[in-house]
Amino acid sequence: MTDREHGANEPAQPRDGIDVRHDSDARRDSDAVPSALTAGAELGGGAGGRGAGGGRRKRRRGRGGEELMVPDVTFASYYGRPILQKPKWETLDIAGYLFLGGLAGSSSVLAAGAEATGRPALARACKVGSLVAIAGSAVALVHDLGRPERFVNMLRTIKPSSPMSVGSWILATYGPAAGVAAVTNVTGWFPRIGRLATIGAAVVGPAVAAYTAPLVADTAVPTWHAGHRELPFLFVSSGATAAGGLGMLAAPVAQAGPARRAALVGGVTEVALTRYMERRMGLPGETLRQGRAGQLMRAAELLSLGGAVVGGLGGRRWRAAAVVGGLAALAGSACTRFGIFEAGVASTQDPKYTVQPQRERLQRRAAAATAGGSHSSETQDGKADGWVA
Amino acid sequence: MAFDLASFLRSDDPPHAGGYDDPAPRVGFFTDTSVCIGCKACEVACKEWNAIPEDGLEFTGMSYDNTQHLGASTWRHVAFIEQRRPVGAPSSARGGAAGGGTTVDLGMPAAPGEQAADEGAQPGVVDRSGLRWLMASDVCKHCTHAACLDVCPTGALFRTEFGTVVVQEDVCNGCGYCVSACPYGVIETRKDDGRAWKCTMCYDRLGAGQEPACAKACPTDSIQFGDLDELRARAEARVQQLHEAGVPEARLYGHDPDDGVGGDGAFFLLLDKPEVYGLPPDPVVTTRDLPVMWRNAALAAGALLTGLAATFLGRKGQ
Repeated sequence: MTDREHGANEPAQPRDGIDVRHDSDARRDSDAVPSALTAGAELGGGAGGRGAGGGRRKRRRGRGGEELMVPDVTFASYYGRPILQKPKWETLDIAGYLFLGGLAGSSSVLAAGAEATGRPALARACKVGSLVAIAGSAVALVHDLGRPERFVNMLRTIKPSSPMSVGSWILATYGPAAGVAAVTNVTGWFPRIGRLATIGAAVVGPAVAAYTAPLVADTAVPTWHAGHRELPFLFVSSGATAAGGLGMLAAPVAQAGPARRAALVGGVTEVALTRYMERRMGLPGETLRQGRAGQLMRAAELLSLGGAVVGGLGGRRWRAAAVVGGLAALAGSACTRFGIFEAGVASTQDPKYTVQPQRERLQRRAAAATAGGSHSSETQDGKADGWVA
Repeated sequence: MAFDLASFLRSDDPPHAGGYDDPAPRVGFFTDTSVCIGCKACEVACKEWNAIPEDGLEFTGMSYDNTQHLGASTWRHVAFIEQRRPVGAPSSARGGAAGGGTTVDLGMPAAPGEQAADEGAQPGVVDRSGLRWLMASDVCKHCTHAACLDVCPTGALFRTEFGTVVVQEDVCNGCGYCVSACPYGVIETRKDDGRAWKCTMCYDRLGAGQEPACAKACPTDSIQFGDLDELRARAEARVQQLHEAGVPEARLYGHDPDDGVGGDGAFFLLLDKPEVYGLPPDPVVTTRDLPVMWRNAALAAGALLTGLAATFLGRKGQ
């Protein structure tokens, strides 16, 4: 039974004389499912049936031809329906926030460095940029609430178990600091308070850029959680790309050296980490290559690398290259965030991303238990065989 | 005393009883799907008692299940699965007893005709058409380690004195974090209202010493309510009984305190794999990975700070 489900990885040898049902059955069954069902049903198979996931999909994409492909995986589902809820978060609000938060937090670090090293134009650009980005974040976050008027309930408690609670406190610290840093810089009022706020924003800024990774990864969304180790590093490098892009775009060439280096290193790291994470994720990683998310991730790669090369290298000499590279870096960072967000949403809509990794985990545990001589639930699962949808 | 980071990064789990000095015994549901008849009395009773709004009058065409999934306005959901045993299919683990289609008398009242057909066969085994229906009433699992409760930033979700998990509707601001956190896809926000809603295990009825509406309405006692310890013992006995009666596919789901969510407050007896019923085969509470996530986030933030500081090391004008 379980051998059949994971036929691609395991020898398809029936255990305990269990019959291996031909996969064509599963196909016929699910083809009989009324078209009133959602697209997920076509991927997942019939009522409690064993749908052939990847294989059939590939076949369909291949001009809908009749050539048979060996299905690489099969799994059971409830009429192909998703197991998880679709994230309630609006893409524009939350993916937008992931981008703006990273931009703001990283820009505050650049601003403090620029101020300390006598680059006033870069400092001003980064401070104003941080304020605009964090104000935009606040608007997006409050707008995304089901009850926006209750946003202040976020500060009702402190819960280390909730990245959103921790993040609310980080933002409540960072926002005012970034605001004061920008306003005092532009107006020239209270320079000493301004310097303090600049340092404060630079210290808390990296936390703003980094905490959004646990925020999305601490969910049952397969793609987001599968990247929980890599996402913090990916998100801060994406933040550095964006801040570098902003600095190149807004500051004169003579002062923008640190911004160029940030965009160069950030962009290359961002792309490298994305590829690394995608490979380590296993099955859910394919959502980063498919559909809208796939388009966004490919665009992100081109734009971030392009921004790094054009702006980071060419921007040294030509202002035009700095502007083009800066815009590309900003866009690349945004595409990374939107792509990861969309991939996560897509991974909740197909039950295979929930079922298959969990099945494989159970199988590994069962194998370990068998090696240890104990009885496992996996053997029990085999006993339902023979009943099909 | 050693500081336990993992438990610091958890919210109120039943071992520490949500901070109650004198908690009541933990209660739960045992849903024995082998005696579910799919009448949906639980769905109706739940809607009626909790005054839940309409959740869409849709015709799915896939089965008798037009409810489809648990959600903000669906706190009980009866799944329908129709399965057959292909003619001539070798029996699986039933030894030689099962030919085309056999079902086992589960103690349900039988029609007179069926009893006649029973003669000559094994005691308790009824020969029918090789068709079976699985029906199962799904509900919020009231996990021991509840992800929704862990991630709720406002404290709207809380652990009750009965060990259940409930949303305080006057606190919830509809952030939707719980929606993505739940490994079972149970909790959801209502579009028009904005807040998150799910089964409360009839918190108001529990407080008055009553059993939840769904369990009260269930005509076959498929939904059993009681102290969790007692329910677990009862479930073990039931699964044993079914195995002895020739139903080897009977298995418990969510009963194990060592599983990824620390065991469910609402657990099930199933007759096929969990995913056939739309349940995840091995759910985990993702907050258990929070120590790693926070550690990596701190490392990443430090790397960002030092990395960006390093960009200022070059000569000015470069």
